[in-house]
Amino acid sequence: MVKTLEGSHAIADMIVNCEADVLACYPITPSTHIAEKLQKYYADGKIPEYITVEQEFSAISALAGASATGARTFTTTSSQGVALMHEVLYAVAGMRLPIVMCVANRSLNSPLGIWCDHQDIIPERDSGWIILMCESNQEAVDTLPQAYKLAESLLLPVMVCIDGFYLTHAVEQIDVPSKEIVQKFLPKFKPEFKLDTNNPITLGIYSTPQYLQDFREDLANDVDNAREPIKKTEEEFSKIINRNYGNGLIENYKCDDAERIIIAMSSFCGNVKEAIDELRDKGEKVGLLRIKSYRPFPYKDVQEILKNKKHVGVFDRATTLGGHPPLYTDVLAAIYDSDQKVPISSFIGGLGGKDVTVETAKNIFEDLKENKIKRKFV
Amino acid sequence: MVVFKREDDIFTSGHTACAGCGAALAIRTIMRAIGKDCIVVNTTSCSEIFSVCFPRSAWKVPYIHVTFENGASVASGVSRALKAQGNDHTKVVVIAGDGGTADIGFGAVSGSWERNEDILYIMYNNGAYENTGIQRSSQTPQYAWSTTSQIGEEVRGKQEPIKPMVKIAAAHGIPYAASASTGYLIDLENKVKKALNIKGSRFIDVLSPCVPGWKYDPQLTVELAKLAVETGLWKLNEIENGDINNEKITVQPSFKPVEEYLKLQGRFKHLTPDEIKIIQARVNKDWGR
Ligand SMILES: Cc1ncc(C[n+]2csc(CCOP(=O)(O)OP(=O)(O)O)c2C)c(N)n1
Ligand SMILES: [Mg+2]
Repeated sequence: MVKTLEGSHAIADMIVNCEADVLACYPITPSTHIAEKLQKYYADGKIPEYITVEQEFSAISALAGASATGARTFTTTSSQGVALMHEVLYAVAGMRLPIVMCVANRSLNSPLGIWCDHQDIIPERDSGWIILMCESNQEAVDTLPQAYKLAESLLLPVMVCIDGFYLTHAVEQIDVPSKEIVQKFLPKFKPEFKLDTNNPITLGIYSTPQYLQDFREDLANDVDNAREPIKKTEEEFSKIINRNYGNGLIENYKCDDAERIIIAMSSFCGNVKEAIDELRDKGEKVGLLRIKSYRPFPYKDVQEILKNKKHVGVFDRATTLGGHPPLYTDVLAAIYDSDQKVPISSFIGGLGGKDVTVETAKNIFEDLKENKIKRKFV
Repeated sequence: MVVFKREDDIFTSGHTACAGCGAALAIRTIMRAIGKDCIVVNTTSCSEIFSVCFPRSAWKVPYIHVTFENGASVASGVSRALKAQGNDHTKVVVIAGDGGTADIGFGAVSGSWERNEDILYIMYNNGAYENTGIQRSSQTPQYAWSTTSQIGEEVRGKQEPIKPMVKIAAAHGIPYAASASTGYLIDLENKVKKALNIKGSRFIDVLSPCVPGWKYDPQLTVELAKLAVETGLWKLNEIENGDINNEKITVQPSFKPVEEYLKLQGRFKHLTPDEIKIIQARVNKDWGR
């Protein structure tokens, strides 16, 4: 049923509908409203356990324990909270714990800011978490049940990311699929292995060089092989809810006949789409390739879509200091791996909540008219 | 008295602890007292390294280790998951070192006490970060040598006294906080059994001598753990429900001179008679003598 909701509250509603058992949250702007709403649901008896931890490091650690004991788990955080979790994020991926977390993306200190960019998740890129970047609140709500299904079937943790404030605090019309609908799609969590006195196992072992790489290689292969399941899961759920967001890995917005393309993630894509519609009315052949699955990265789709394009602009809402920005680097890697030669320019913008508007997108398309590769802040 | 057989061991032989390891003795004793209906949460430490080196495990009960500083938080999650599943009998037990508990993991431990999580938390206290090569912790005794409390012309060993974890635990108002020693295994066992039957946060600080860290003859582990108590340097106590003014002493010391304990350990061999006097005076004051 479509309701007028704050994005954060819609996400909280969906976590109830996904029947999460154990939550552990610590407040940080802009994710806080999700944590607060869920605490109310706990008080109302709709969430079995909610641990009001003393820091984010403990939030993710508590979920590690709960998930290993066979509970469906959830937490939400942003920015410094993600950074504080860093050590444990890597550990739980290595331990194959199917935790789901919603990150409301926000810049990292310093300077301290509370507004959106994607810097907070960049250090977690290599952690083994599946990272799904949502453009809208509706997409985030529809992605969460998929996140649980993926996590629990692949034994990989999944991060569902939304742009802080732009989505978390937006009040809009959102359809939160009901518990009954979610149940049709998402089976109960019944892990093959868990901490169980009837069948004692040892989890979180220490390994010598003889074995450690084998564990890492298995994990690397499993994250790589998650691409097909991500596509299948999106297809399956989109049939149930009659909404779809590309193929699960990427969204192709008017790229087929486009000459110039912007590659971007998350809420800025809405503005890029608007710019594209306006420019196309004037006869310009422009398109957007939106990356939904940041990890695993959709190299093949990128290669496919960028075939025979004239100029590509990659928009990063984060930096890699002393190197090329993160999304740009991934796109370069994808293209180097193909037989194409397309100029790829880099645009960094929207850091710490700096406005990135329809005009910003139009300016980037303007820049892409020249054949010269550019790398700049916008 | 209960007589245990090898088959009763839950923390089994074949682990790779040093000969004479006090921590291994403590853990073996504690696990026998707890029995099989429990889930163990461990932190990065000697006990993790010597018990779960892949592909072997010394544990006959479900075991989880995540990082160095999060034992109390992982255990909170295990405990709440059991609760969500309607399991009200399986005990959640943390086995953690003094570093993982009193230093780097202190915030998490304090948080779990403030929430009164249903966890039995055992801190085996070997008075240093032994696993990483004998660095000082807040539980290293005053004047002791370690690789980060060296003996020099300006500074001689660790300057600060031990951070009092049992008092700190009790000050959180948790139902049970106690101190034990591997020199008094029956006392340790009794405390574990008593703690098992209490709901909420329970904490036991167990003195566990470390052969390479304290630098003594491996056959003296139990002897040293006894002497620490007999000299009055290590108090065997219990504090219930945060009632700090009603600390119960479970074994009375005979007040042997502290020197008898100190002289057996290489970590104290640099002590001057004056320094030994200061330590003795502090023990006397602690016990009101
Ligand atoms: C965040 C972090 N910092 C440092 C370390 C290195 N480290 C591993 S175990 C340890 C000391 C453990 O001390 P304690 O808890 O007293 O256990 P013990 O080794 O004495 O049994 C240290 C410093 C680590 N694993 N993680
Ligand atoms: Mg120690």
